[in-house]
Amino acid sequence: MTKTITHPYLPNTNSEIKTQMLKEIGIESIEELYQTIPDELRYTGKLNIPEALNEFELKREVGNLLQENKGTNEVISFLGGGCWQHFIPAVCDEIASRAEFVTAYAGDEYEDHGRFQVLFEYQSLLAELLCVDVVNVPTFDWGQAAATAIRMASRLTKKREALVPKTIAPERLKIIWNYCSPDIEIKLIDYQEATGELDLTDLKNNISGQTAAIYFENPSYLGFLETQGEEISRIAKSSDVITIVGVDPISLGVLESPAQYGADIICGELQPLGNPMNYGGGQSGFIATRDEIEYISEFPSRLFGITPTSQEGEYGFGDVFYDRTSFAKREKGKESVGTQTSMCAITAGVYLALMGPEGMAELGQTIMQRSQYAMKKLNEIEQITSSYFNNVSFKEFVVDFNETGKTVAEINQYLLSKGIYGGIDLSEEFPELGQSALFCVTEVHSKADIDALAKELRSFL
Amino acid sequence: MQEIKSQKKVRDFHQAKWNEPVIFELHQKGERGVVPPRTEEKIASTIGDGVSKLPGHLKRSRAPELPEISQNRVLRHYLRLSQETLGAAFNVEIGQGTCTMKYSPVVNEKLVASEKLRSLHPKQDEETVQGTLKATYELDLYLREISGMDYFSFQPGSGTQALFMMASMVRAYHEANGEGEQRDEIITTIFSHPSQAATATVKGYKIITLYPDENGFPDLEKLKDAVSERTAGFVVANPEDTGIYNSKIKKFTKVVHDAGGICYYDQANANGLLGITRAKEAGFDMCFFNLHKTFSTPHACGGPGSGAVGVVERLKPYLPKPIIEKHGEKYVLNTNLEHSIGKVRSYYGVAQNIIRAYAWIRALGPDGLKAVSETAVLNNNYLYSKIKEIKGVDVPYAEGGRLEQVRYSWEPLYQDTGITTEDISRRMADFAHQYWTSHHPYVVPQPFTLEPTESYSKEDLDEYIRSLTHISNEAYTSPEVIQSAPHCSSIHKITTDKYFEDPEHWAITWRAYLKKYKNTKEKQT
Repeated sequence: MTKTITHPYLPNTNSEIKTQMLKEIGIESIEELYQTIPDELRYTGKLNIPEALNEFELKREVGNLLQENKGTNEVISFLGGGCWQHFIPAVCDEIASRAEFVTAYAGDEYEDHGRFQVLFEYQSLLAELLCVDVVNVPTFDWGQAAATAIRMASRLTKKREALVPKTIAPERLKIIWNYCSPDIEIKLIDYQEATGELDLTDLKNNISGQTAAIYFENPSYLGFLETQGEEISRIAKSSDVITIVGVDPISLGVLESPAQYGADIICGELQPLGNPMNYGGGQSGFIATRDEIEYISEFPSRLFGITPTSQEGEYGFGDVFYDRTSFAKREKGKESVGTQTSMCAITAGVYLALMGPEGMAELGQTIMQRSQYAMKKLNEIEQITSSYFNNVSFKEFVVDFNETGKTVAEINQYLLSKGIYGGIDLSEEFPELGQSALFCVTEVHSKADIDALAKELRSFL
Repeated sequence: MQEIKSQKKVRDFHQAKWNEPVIFELHQKGERGVVPPRTEEKIASTIGDGVSKLPGHLKRSRAPELPEISQNRVLRHYLRLSQETLGAAFNVEIGQGTCTMKYSPVVNEKLVASEKLRSLHPKQDEETVQGTLKATYELDLYLREISGMDYFSFQPGSGTQALFMMASMVRAYHEANGEGEQRDEIITTIFSHPSQAATATVKGYKIITLYPDENGFPDLEKLKDAVSERTAGFVVANPEDTGIYNSKIKKFTKVVHDAGGICYYDQANANGLLGITRAKEAGFDMCFFNLHKTFSTPHACGGPGSGAVGVVERLKPYLPKPIIEKHGEKYVLNTNLEHSIGKVRSYYGVAQNIIRAYAWIRALGPDGLKAVSETAVLNNNYLYSKIKEIKGVDVPYAEGGRLEQVRYSWEPLYQDTGITTEDISRRMADFAHQYWTSHHPYVVPQPFTLEPTESYSKEDLDEYIRSLTHISNEAYTSPEVIQSAPHCSSIHKITTDKYFEDPEHWAITWRAYLKKYKNTKEKQT
């Protein structure tokens, strides 16, 4: 007879303790506890799942599985478009892997004072970058943050249309569509062919008595900067339309905050601030506004505030205006709240605390220098135009391969064989750009990386 | 010396208390926490500073007022705050009922720390992510086995998002069948997560809420009255927050199906049911599992989690894009879904949680999974048998038959002593315990909800029981100790809600706090 091995994750399964517990309950077998489940609903088979592995076997098995991946750390990758490769300080990883934080959940302020404080600090640090007074405990991602910002604007104005530029990230647009339907209609606004920026005539033509909000992105999905922010928000304001700007916060060491050119609501993505890409599992969104009760009332998210305690000189933290939320009011609350992405926000807070004002400015400069260098190097290749748009960009830009006679798919396949992940193929997302790709260059790309890309493109084309 | 006898009574505990300043107060002009990569000289000499290209009005005019702090001081600050956080790894984490706070195996944390996962970009060529796609696909197969559903999507980042996804699919389904306008109601129950009702509202539905009958079950007769040609869907958990399994569930799903509605099953917490009973046989069209609950992925201070949604074949065309399939020996992202709702979250889901859940299932195997549920139910019934004996505790609804959790009530204690469940919550912090009341509204008066999962030993459960018994005794003998609690937490009692409820007084960021309170002594008190 083989010895039964007690599973290390499962106490109370050895027969002695089990018998004792059953006796205290007053029953003879665990089966009696399932009497409420009718026979017809009982699953009597054995689950068709592989037999248990011990820890050593598990490490080998999953380790082998992961070996079938080739990470961006093993190649040179120019993929971006909403999830970006950035330098992650070791302290971010250290804090993000602390068991105290990793395994905490929804405790109150007395058990989890630290959790409340780090999230309040995250709100406060991001607020400095954004120049606003209110930042939420995060949403799922930028797309959902943008959708919620639009829904907030719709509730504030009691209007049911929102305008977004055609250059919006397709992933985000899909999320916005789904989150806003059936209540809010999303209308796409044309862009200027030369620069990619919003077509203000089309914007004005589309503003109506039903328009709740204009949403645009800066930097845009296609990398260029929207330089007309002030004018867009002026046009919006004159029609009582709310201006929402989506932003990549890592740009704000060198770029002006949207709050300075008229944004009423700012949203964006926290992944670049110290969070690993994790195949898209590192996404996390934020929403920020002014400290005005009308705006704060419309947040679905938790908002942590600061308070004194009964002990002088001690900080406490807790939920501000909890009665807004679906936790308090179910379907009568604002949208819904639940588990979202707090750990990514904590990490973003650590990141900003480490970087400080100098770090963010230097980082922004490095990204702009390297991306401009990459644009220049690629533009030197005869059949390539880099970038497609005549505009300033931050860390991403559209490379025009239309004159090469090759598809982006073919080019990327070649680059892949040389250990390079080329830019995102835009030929399906933006057919009007033909064979073009979105390249991302950040502070992690050395001159040698960029030169290698140019060299391989030359030799293929 | 003599043998030191460790006494089995309430834990003599004090949480770390660092009285840590808010991070901005650590600012020291000129300090640095990290230096980001800098551009090579050769690039700088070719390009210049890069930022001069910015139009003047887009260039940041004032540096952000972030603090300047050296690295060690940043690290120390956050480590101290971590110590002031009572994570599940540190306590007998059975007090956050409905949350399934089980052990998150350390080996899984080591596995997901791999750069083979962390550094993956979601738009990489499928050929270069076969490992992750394979794990996702196989996890899909395991969850099909556990639920009886036909396909899973891992896109949602939590249960709330999974519920939202399912409400979106209900709408898309009825729209595709020409009944989108007509079917405008979703039926839910009061003993459920608020997100069931809230997410359906976001999708434009009117909500009908069923209240429990005298035994604590959603009322079948009321459901029959509620369904009509306007019914789009019915969402329910089973067991609900009470831990009582509704044995008539198949009758419920039949009533809804007969009216043309879709039944979706909130299995955020399925911890008592693995290998015991499945969504399919109970008549559900969809279900979801929170990988951060039943499948052990850590709760991460509130996410990212993962809500895996399973659907029957006829709902496959409505799934968000893409789903992961196996074609020959290759794993691929399939975007060919005719009536897809589009997306609920960027990309394909929280990949690190998919790997963790996959590893957890592989570590347990089919027998282990069943043992998880049986142990969770055993633990809960042991706890139940002891808690209901504590003076001042009441357990509303059906006798016996609780599965993985129980919603208890301190109503008798409150009537006797005036001590509320919130008072007890603060006092429990003094003994290193998490403690959760319930969602609002409080249908059960003075509620608390315990869910011991499979991860805790009898001795662990006894410790929690001793603490609650001790506090009950205090309520009858020295209530002031409870009223002024906590005494051993990182902070003391917050005595006013003025700073959370009054717009003039609240401060949601440090800069708002400084604007409202800097140099204003009277306001600070």
